Amino acid sequence: MAAHRCGFLPPLFILCALSVLTVTWTQETIPLGSHRAAAADSKPTDTKSVAQTTEQLAVEQRQWEATEVEEATSAAAAVSKQDNSSPEDVVQTSTPKPKDEFQEELVVRPLHSGDIYASFQFRTLWQTDFTRERKVSHYGLFPKSLGQVISKFSVRELHISFTQGYWRTMQWGQPFLSSPPGAELWVWFQDTVTDVDGTWKELANVLSGIFCASLNFIDSTNTVQPTASFKPLGIGNVTDHRFLRYATLPREIVCTENLTPWKKLLPCGTKAGLAVLLKSEKLFHSSFYSQAVHIRPVCQDWQCKTASWELRQTLNVVFDLHNSGQGKREWSLFKMFSRTLTEACPLASTSKIYIDVTDNPEGEQFELSPATALLSQAVVLGDRRTFSVYDLTQQITFGTVRSLNVLMRWKSSEGDMLRPLLHAERYVAGYGLQTGEIHTLMYNNHPYRSFPVLLLDSVPWYLRMYIHTLTVTSKGKDNKPSYIHYQPSKDRVRPHLLEMLVQLPPNSVTEVTVEFERALLKWTEYTPDPNHGFYVGSSVISSLVPSLVALDTNSTWQRPLFSTFFPCKEESSYFVRVYTEPLLVNLPTPDFSMPYNVICLTCTVVAVGYGSLYNLLTRTFQIEEPSPGLAKRLANIIRRMRGVPPL
Amino acid sequence: MTLFTLLFLLSSCLLVYCINIEDNVGQFFSSGHTNNWAVLVCTSRFWFNYRHVANTLSVYRSVKRLGIPDSHIVLMLADDMACNHRNPKPATVFSHKNMELNVYGDDVEVDYRGYEVTVENFLRVLTGRLPPSTPRSKRLLSDDRSNILIYLTGHGGNGFLKFQDSEEISNVELADAFEQMWQKRRYNELLFIIDTCQGASMYERFYSPNLMALASSQVGEDSLSHQPDVGIGVHLMDRYTFYLLEFLEDIHPASKTCMNDLFKVCPKSQCVSTPGHRTDLFLRDPGSVLVTDFFGSVRKVEITMDSINLTSVVSHRKEEPAANGELQKEVYSYSDQLPVSEIIHQ
Repeated sequence: MAAHRCGFLPPLFILCALSVLTVTWTQETIPLGSHRAAAADSKPTDTKSVAQTTEQLAVEQRQWEATEVEEATSAAAAVSKQDNSSPEDVVQTSTPKPKDEFQEELVVRPLHSGDIYASFQFRTLWQTDFTRERKVSHYGLFPKSLGQVISKFSVRELHISFTQGYWRTMQWGQPFLSSPPGAELWVWFQDTVTDVDGTWKELANVLSGIFCASLNFIDSTNTVQPTASFKPLGIGNVTDHRFLRYATLPREIVCTENLTPWKKLLPCGTKAGLAVLLKSEKLFHSSFYSQAVHIRPVCQDWQCKTASWELRQTLNVVFDLHNSGQGKREWSLFKMFSRTLTEACPLASTSKIYIDVTDNPEGEQFELSPATALLSQAVVLGDRRTFSVYDLTQQITFGTVRSLNVLMRWKSSEGDMLRPLLHAERYVAGYGLQTGEIHTLMYNNHPYRSFPVLLLDSVPWYLRMYIHTLTVTSKGKDNKPSYIHYQPSKDRVRPHLLEMLVQLPPNSVTEVTVEFERALLKWTEYTPDPNHGFYVGSSVISSLVPSLVALDTNSTWQRPLFSTFFPCKEESSYFVRVYTEPLLVNLPTPDFSMPYNVICLTCTVVAVGYGSLYNLLTRTFQIEEPSPGLAKRLANIIRRMRGVPPL
Repeated sequence: MTLFTLLFLLSSCLLVYCINIEDNVGQFFSSGHTNNWAVLVCTSRFWFNYRHVANTLSVYRSVKRLGIPDSHIVLMLADDMACNHRNPKPATVFSHKNMELNVYGDDVEVDYRGYEVTVENFLRVLTGRLPPSTPRSKRLLSDDRSNILIYLTGHGGNGFLKFQDSEEISNVELADAFEQMWQKRRYNELLFIIDTCQGASMYERFYSPNLMALASSQVGEDSLSHQPDVGIGVHLMDRYTFYLLEFLEDIHPASKTCMNDLFKVCPKSQCVSTPGHRTDLFLRDPGSVLVTDFFGSVRKVEITMDSINLTSVVSHRKEEPAANGELQKEVYSYSDQLPVSEIIHQ
């Protein structure tokens, strides 16, 4: 803050000074301006290999102004590349290299129980290839914090999610992307990493700073290395599980402080586009909230010769009907998010809202306003769904009021929900604080098809599992898994890891039971609130579920984002991951006020015992005559005066 | 003749001007700090200690409003009240009843939360002895020109402050930590505010220079809470911090209020306890210390007209044309998510 000039300055002096200053200032702006232009020159990307400086500057400026046109031409070029069968070199030099791309979409799906499920997906594509060991210093739409994390820790894939609440599969169906309660982090490292464990710990610490979460509690006691689950979701030909690490923190709380840095990763922030709707007061007042960040390498085009980095930020939220006020069933963007949309993100190439109207073909269940003519069909979770589409990049979507508030009003609520084909539950059985049993139930609701599931269980070391008591039963009979991998725990070093490949027979319940014993922790290892209990992370069930309609395995262009997350290799089944509930077990907890009580008791006993003994040994007794009464004392005084001996 | 008078005028004006500059320079460099940091700690866990979290968040809100950015604030909250399942209005923490003021806000960044708020972590943050992989947002990267505000709240007693119901920090440890900070030149001036029962006992043992301390109650007195909210069911704030928040709401970044006014916050009639302060270790006179010296982030700027030559940008673009020529022979593909036969034969 400049100091306040309260003195009086002679106008002549000011004038002279000003004139001198203006002369020198104009002389300086000219060299500064040319310096800025020179800096801009060295910035342009790989597209300009040989060009004049002025030409570069002019082209750069044109590109900066007309980004939408550029996107359209590059998309057109991509489309033409597909149809073109000319050799590679011609295609490479004639078309410009595609630039970073950002897409955003929101899918709204009314659930059968009256609740509503909203899923945001933001996808940033970054056209650069890290595997070439080049130092990248130019970040466009891709956030710099994550780019530096990827390059410093040689990350090949990173998936992190924060969830509050538990997804109720039987009432709500399957989510587009499931996540366990708490925080979950799994990472595939590049094969150039030598010390995976050390890098993993540092990465967890850095991510805890980026996302304001206590991820630094991830260490060897809750990290596992799955051997068959969690195959990479991005491209890559090598899958050596030595470079995979998985950890989950079921106790982790999600709140606004995790949403704030997540929002900062978006190119438009919360100023424009769909992210305007993300207000924490509404989002956390919900039955289920989950935010995730997924980074993986993907194919740049259908030929898949070059890779580019994809950053997907997803946010899933389920709003409760009765929590949000009125009794009648009516949902709108304003009721869900307390905001309406006014524009799309200018940096986005596509910005769309999809409303699931599959159960409402003729408009008999609910009425959707404002009306939209765009309809789209997509195969998601093995089912063909119809969506009404609002394209936010078209000005006409916002109408005359310049704001979009999608409103759905229900007239009747009939129809049943399709039962989800795969569903899982888990609970702790037993009594007392010594032993217990973990039961995991997996439901296969398909009437005639059986399919394989891969169950991953990671149990902390203080629940000592007895694997010889492991039983897997379906329909009352023993069901032998075709693959078991078990790694026993080591006290205070690593947890139990159990992976099994089980074939679920059709229309059945498979129960996996294992007994455990609770350990007594050292008194420093208890949390400040040990009577709450200790959490056991969710089990992960990965499976290939038969789909109702044939899936498209070919190209992934022109498909909405929510249907392109898991790569699909087969037409008849789709991949899905289901998480069970986390468990809360009580460990034998000592009474922490006992040290104080013991000290008091011991000191009292010592004082009483020693004191008595000391007194007994050292006390001497003297005979003492009792003092006479008052009358006798008076009589003694008179006698002394008379000279007579006292009484 | 006229030239002489003109020269005389000019010289007298120059003299006046120089004196003014001296005065302004004196004011400009009076505080001696160039950056501001804040360490705000709430040490209590459990829902009925909602007011301690609200205390810390109201100071956080004031400090952020007056200019200290999130990167310079280390916020430690021992429990989560906003998204607690007992909170009838999730993602909010209120300081005034009838839900008038939400101090949690929409862009809060908590650096240490939950079980991370321990005595060890607090002392490590103060002294800077953190493991190498600690992220920047969790570090107190202050230097010898930093003014630091430290705010502690929770349950305390005579000579100690309780952390999360399981450990304590004593006033001797705290004094030693500040001495370590002084010897490592980690602060220019430090303002320590504590709102607990018998808070004055915590600053009795300080012995490092340039420390100013404020407490909400004397030894033998309890700090009381302000008002409950019927809707939420708990007491929302402590009295001292409530009146401190009201005082700070009137401060703006250019305000000239000084520390003596801060000492008068919450007299015995409002607070029931007697707030105390300690300034004997502070070198400047508290009457000349601005409140924004600690609560705000007032940057002093020196405008210069010289041009500075930046070093040339590292040019590594030369490698690009060579790379464009080669063709990618290998085709990438996505991995199979559940290769059953592969797994069985593993």
